[in-house]
Amino acid sequence: MADKVGIEVSVAIGDAVKLARADVVAAYPITPQTHIVEHLAELVASGELDAAYIPVESEHSAMSACLGAAATGARVFTATAGQGLELMHEVVYVASSMQLPMVMTVANRALSAPLSVWGDHSDVMSVRDVGWIQIFTENGQEVVDNVLCAFRIAEDRRVLLPVMVHLDGFHLSHMIEPILFPEQAEVDRFLPPNQYPFPLDTAKPVTMGAFAPPVIYSETKKAQEVNIRASQEVIIECWREFGDAFGRYYSPVEGYHSEDARVLLLTMGSFSETAMTAIDRMRDDGKSVGLVRLRLWRPFPFEEIRRAVKEAEVLIVVDRALSFGGPGGPVCSEVRSALYGEAKRPKVVSFVGGLGGRDISLDGFEAIVSRGMEIAETGSEREFEMFGVRE
Amino acid sequence: MEKYALYVPRLVTKEEIFAPGHRACIGCGEALAVRLVCKALGRDVIIASATGCMEIVSSQLPYTSWQVPWIHTLFENTAAVASGIEAALKVMSKKGKRPARDTKVVAFAGDGGTSDIGLQALSGAMERGHDFLYVCFDNEAYMNTGIQRSSSTPFGAATTTSPAGKMSIGQTSWKKNMPAIAVAHNIPYVATACPSYPFDLMAKVARGLATPGPAYIHVLSVCPTGWRCPPDLTVRMGRLAVETGIFPLYEVENGKYWLSDDSSALRPVTDYMKLQGRFRHLSEDVVEEIQRRVKTEYAGLRRKARRRHHEDG
Repeated sequence: MADKVGIEVSVAIGDAVKLARADVVAAYPITPQTHIVEHLAELVASGELDAAYIPVESEHSAMSACLGAAATGARVFTATAGQGLELMHEVVYVASSMQLPMVMTVANRALSAPLSVWGDHSDVMSVRDVGWIQIFTENGQEVVDNVLCAFRIAEDRRVLLPVMVHLDGFHLSHMIEPILFPEQAEVDRFLPPNQYPFPLDTAKPVTMGAFAPPVIYSETKKAQEVNIRASQEVIIECWREFGDAFGRYYSPVEGYHSEDARVLLLTMGSFSETAMTAIDRMRDDGKSVGLVRLRLWRPFPFEEIRRAVKEAEVLIVVDRALSFGGPGGPVCSEVRSALYGEAKRPKVVSFVGGLGGRDISLDGFEAIVSRGMEIAETGSEREFEMFGVRE
Repeated sequence: MEKYALYVPRLVTKEEIFAPGHRACIGCGEALAVRLVCKALGRDVIIASATGCMEIVSSQLPYTSWQVPWIHTLFENTAAVASGIEAALKVMSKKGKRPARDTKVVAFAGDGGTSDIGLQALSGAMERGHDFLYVCFDNEAYMNTGIQRSSSTPFGAATTTSPAGKMSIGQTSWKKNMPAIAVAHNIPYVATACPSYPFDLMAKVARGLATPGPAYIHVLSVCPTGWRCPPDLTVRMGRLAVETGIFPLYEVENGKYWLSDDSSALRPVTDYMKLQGRFRHLSEDVVEEIQRRVKTEYAGLRRKARRRHHEDG
């Protein structure tokens, strides 16, 4: 195994896609994912990556070209963010519904208006229900590792679904971090060639994307739902085997001092790292706090969440997106759903913060915990509070 | 014509790649066009189809009319899907991941999927230079959703979203010149065709398919349902569109125009229009305006075009 190198996370993603030996990259530039596709263009231009690079005229066409390429059995990658993900929205549904495996990194970004190129999870939440497997990452190493895992999960014969790997725009995409790259031979052992079972092939013609009258549509959707739920086992298996091969293990839900904590924070994405440092500080002050980090966003790990939080008295969920006029933070409403039927469950408090690139600092997380405990103690589990908004 | 009956069956393959049993309307000119185009394409093609009449009539689960690999995803993205297929085939063959066959990529879409909602994806694919053939089956409105106007609907035609009324003559804009837009992309091959001229259509498909780089063929597809004309007049209606100069047949090879069928004496547009309910409401002066413009445009085309003598023209 090679030494760690200091590298921008976006560039590292390009290198991971090269290690995965992608066949087709179709992409459109959008902040903050541009460095990913720029680097891939360089790798193809220099001959380091033997792939077709399609510089499409929009994200809608990026995802559409990915559909066509995946349907031939190629290994396919794209990247997007924010408005780009919104523009490709209807195409994203088709990729999962037609079981076309591909990997897309999303440098999570706020949505217009007002225009903001900076990070939050608004774009993610608009694709919550599109049927893709969705994995969240907290640092550059996790992104690289999970891009490799994502190809293997997506192309697994038992899954055949597209996978999004989420990384926070700027907060993660533009950081220079120490990253350990596996050797090519190790990746080749871990990630077998794509063997898509029914590609577009004149030797064996197939009709793909037939239309469904009411007599069959529900059945196709049930099959899709059963498939994505069943994929969780394969995802866990893939992470275990990745860990056995490379020494870094991942799980749908990961804890940090969470087993014995009276109060738990729950986060998703790069600010989990800040939250962990905040937990250290609060523990030093003698507070019984811990952190639960959600890695697998879809399929949602209901059982793992229930297990992870059941001993706590208070659970404070911090979201980076709003559901306008809705039940609070989108992650929190999933967590509340998971806990609703539980006889023993913590009080759940929802915060929304860190929108449009605004940081939540160590002090911020401490303030969230204090305020969350206050809300829990006064007995009211209100919908949510926004954190850090100037009045 | 008598001679044709003797040798025509030998000229055209009896193989039906667009299989019978589909659900197209009676007298559908588009289904006829697709059938002939497919005969000319042969079996070594992958077809990407846009949402629209031909997709709906041919692919209702669990049936299919397609004897070649065929994919439908969405309405406006067919050229982009074809781009992905073409790029993938090329790189996969190069990397030895697929047999190195000369499989061609073909995109099918209607006039809405081409000149309206799909124009951006098509422009991108033509500009990038993918090696593919794009066939637009133009029935001059959104027929699949119920005869709504598109930018390809002719001036004066009544549709459900450009109805004729006391304050309206129907469609108030002139038909968008899609072939000229394709030509403006400097692609090597552009043609217009119509299934009423089957040999011309099939020859153009063969030429477009053989052309390296993007090729575009715009096929007028008579729609008795939407045009409000008798379904047994489909073939005649296509001929009248050509003979009146309303839909001239031509090719543009590397920017050079060639007329496929030159009539120095055009028939009056009324020969074509009077057979169709969609034009029935038009007053004489509007018809005269259409006649003038058709003549002017045809003269313009003749000025820049040369006459090509095909034995099959």
